[in-house]
Amino acid sequence: MQNYNVYVPRLVPKKDTFVPGHRACIGCGEALAVRLACKALGSNVVIANATGCMEIVSSPLPTTSWKVPWIHTLFENTAAVASGIESGLKMLMKKGRIAREDIKVVAMAGDGGTSDIGLQALSGAMERGHNFLYICFDNEAYMNTGIQRSSATPFGAATTTSPAGKQSIGQMSWKKNMPAIAAAHNIPYVATACPSYPFDMMEKVKKGIDTPGPAYVHILSVCPTGWRCPTDLTVRMGRLAVETGIFPLYEVENGKYKLNFDFPELRPVTDYLKLQGRFRHLSDDLLAKIQKRVTADYAALKEKASDD
Amino acid sequence: MVKKVGIEVSVAIGEAVRLANADVVAAYPITPQTHIVEHLAELVADGDLDAAYIPVESEHSAMSACLGSAAAGARTFTATAGQGLELMHEVLYVASSMRLPVVMAVANRALSSPLSVWGDHSDVMAVRDTGWIQIFTENGQEVVDNVLCAFKIAEDRKVLLPVMIHLDGFHLSHVIEPIVFPEQEAVDKFLPINNFPFALHPAKPVTMGDFAPPIIYPEAKWAQEVNLRASKEVILRTWQEFGQAFGRHYSPVESYKTEGARVLLLTMGSFSETAMTVIDKLQGEGRKVGLVRLRLWRPFPFEELRQAVKGAETLIVVDRALSFGGPGGPVCSEVRSALYGQDKKPKVVSFVAGLGGRDITPAGFETIINRGIAIAQKGSANEFEIFGVRGADAEL
Repeated sequence: MQNYNVYVPRLVPKKDTFVPGHRACIGCGEALAVRLACKALGSNVVIANATGCMEIVSSPLPTTSWKVPWIHTLFENTAAVASGIESGLKMLMKKGRIAREDIKVVAMAGDGGTSDIGLQALSGAMERGHNFLYICFDNEAYMNTGIQRSSATPFGAATTTSPAGKQSIGQMSWKKNMPAIAAAHNIPYVATACPSYPFDMMEKVKKGIDTPGPAYVHILSVCPTGWRCPTDLTVRMGRLAVETGIFPLYEVENGKYKLNFDFPELRPVTDYLKLQGRFRHLSDDLLAKIQKRVTADYAALKEKASDD
Repeated sequence: MVKKVGIEVSVAIGEAVRLANADVVAAYPITPQTHIVEHLAELVADGDLDAAYIPVESEHSAMSACLGSAAAGARTFTATAGQGLELMHEVLYVASSMRLPVVMAVANRALSSPLSVWGDHSDVMAVRDTGWIQIFTENGQEVVDNVLCAFKIAEDRKVLLPVMIHLDGFHLSHVIEPIVFPEQEAVDKFLPINNFPFALHPAKPVTMGDFAPPIIYPEAKWAQEVNLRASKEVILRTWQEFGQAFGRHYSPVESYKTEGARVLLLTMGSFSETAMTVIDKLQGEGRKVGLVRLRLWRPFPFEELRQAVKGAETLIVVDRALSFGGPGGPVCSEVRSALYGQDKKPKVVSFVAGLGGRDITPAGFETIINRGIAIAQKGSANEFEIFGVRGADAEL
């Protein structure tokens, strides 16, 4: 494996459809995730994007970072817009007004646009069975508007609307389990991914668009700006989230859970939490509470994945 | 052969959408619009309309799905009413600002609270400034004809704007009327295939819905305003072509027996038919009273309105919506402002009536006319008069 650094880049498709010039922060894990996802999606795709970081950084008039057809309309309606695109293209092909081909429809949104304000539209689109892939780029808060908490913000994290203080430990609730909500819609494909595991992530995106019917991929996108961590640790941070069991990588194919990376022993959650300013106020008691919850959740997931 | 059939107006709208061969219908049920979307679902289920029917989970998603479908280049229709139109509110601005030619029928309904499923124009007035072309209709034939015209107007390359067709909830949506349906062949000739020039397709990638810093936002908005105003030319041309093809003629402002009339009543929507019978009666009694009906609400027909009321001494505007704490009826404020700069203009009196489905009877219109004339002569301390409301109305 000495030539790993030389060999690996060759495995990644050269062609980019999310191109440089955008204005994402230094060390942005989401821009990395979008770029890799777009490599996996290829060119025969139409993207509907929710309001959020990626929309703002990539489309200031009159410029664009998108080399594929891309539409942004509002914050909470992206799944509905995607269902309209999918139905429109389908009918135009059926009526012979455009050539019949396999154009993929993809919706992209952040964690706020997915697990909070856009949840209803997403639920509707998944339930109706549209043939599309929904990707949630989860950076665990409303980063675009200045680090406000969302329902995807982890327990104990300080944000500008869940600040740590004399009466507050930061976020008081546990992270909403969005992939489980997607899976509860009985859609054929649900997966979690992280650009720190680029091949796994791209494979899941590919699998998502190749699956007929709705697919949901939830991508942890490290945000050094909002997480208060060094900008050169983005990739490392994603790995730690997985290695501690805080963000396990798994798939749910037709209801069947599969853990993609298992570890004989999980790292302590402090390896991950201690590197981030958003958790620095946490007492040993609270850190222990988080550890207990992560261990239990991981065990429950493993149990689900081992069921036959 | 063209034949006249007795049909519920809501069902007739579904038939018009079928004749227009729409590609996508995305809709959510709400009274009194339900019969429209039920009939469309039925047409799709029976294979009589070759379209995708998206049964969305809210009106917000209905209009959002319409954005996606229209952006993909598909002919797109939806319908809603009252609260549904309100829930769509922010999406309406996006449809017009992104130049997406969606056509929507609105079965006008009052707004909560208290809950009312019955008709008035509160929902329309709340979306007045959303940048849509808006047409008020009076009867079932007018609705059907204007749904067909709406697609042609919306999809015209010079326009590319969404169009709302307003029909009064229940008073129009639920009545059975004799309606003439044009032949499919004639419709196909009148209404060409939708050819949206910026369709989302990998062969020709476009970026739609960018964000605009202050350096470019005002130009984008001005372009939209210029475009909406210019759409009037296409609207007039389309009505003209429709008249030539089908023999029924439409104009932005309709005048009924206004020749020599010193007093004019101005109405919108289906109540205008009631008003006509009152005009007939009063003229029979030798009174010089006429009716002006506003059909085109946006873009506002300034010139046509000024022409229509020229020579009258008194203009009585009957609104079916309230502008709370403001000048009374929203239509009347616009009429007043359209006439304000004119050297010779009628005295304008504002009435609000028919809220939440309360009927205005012929006798009611007669009272409104008589009181309007008295107010024009003697003046009033009120910005506007409310008619037919217990506790507010001395004559009840």
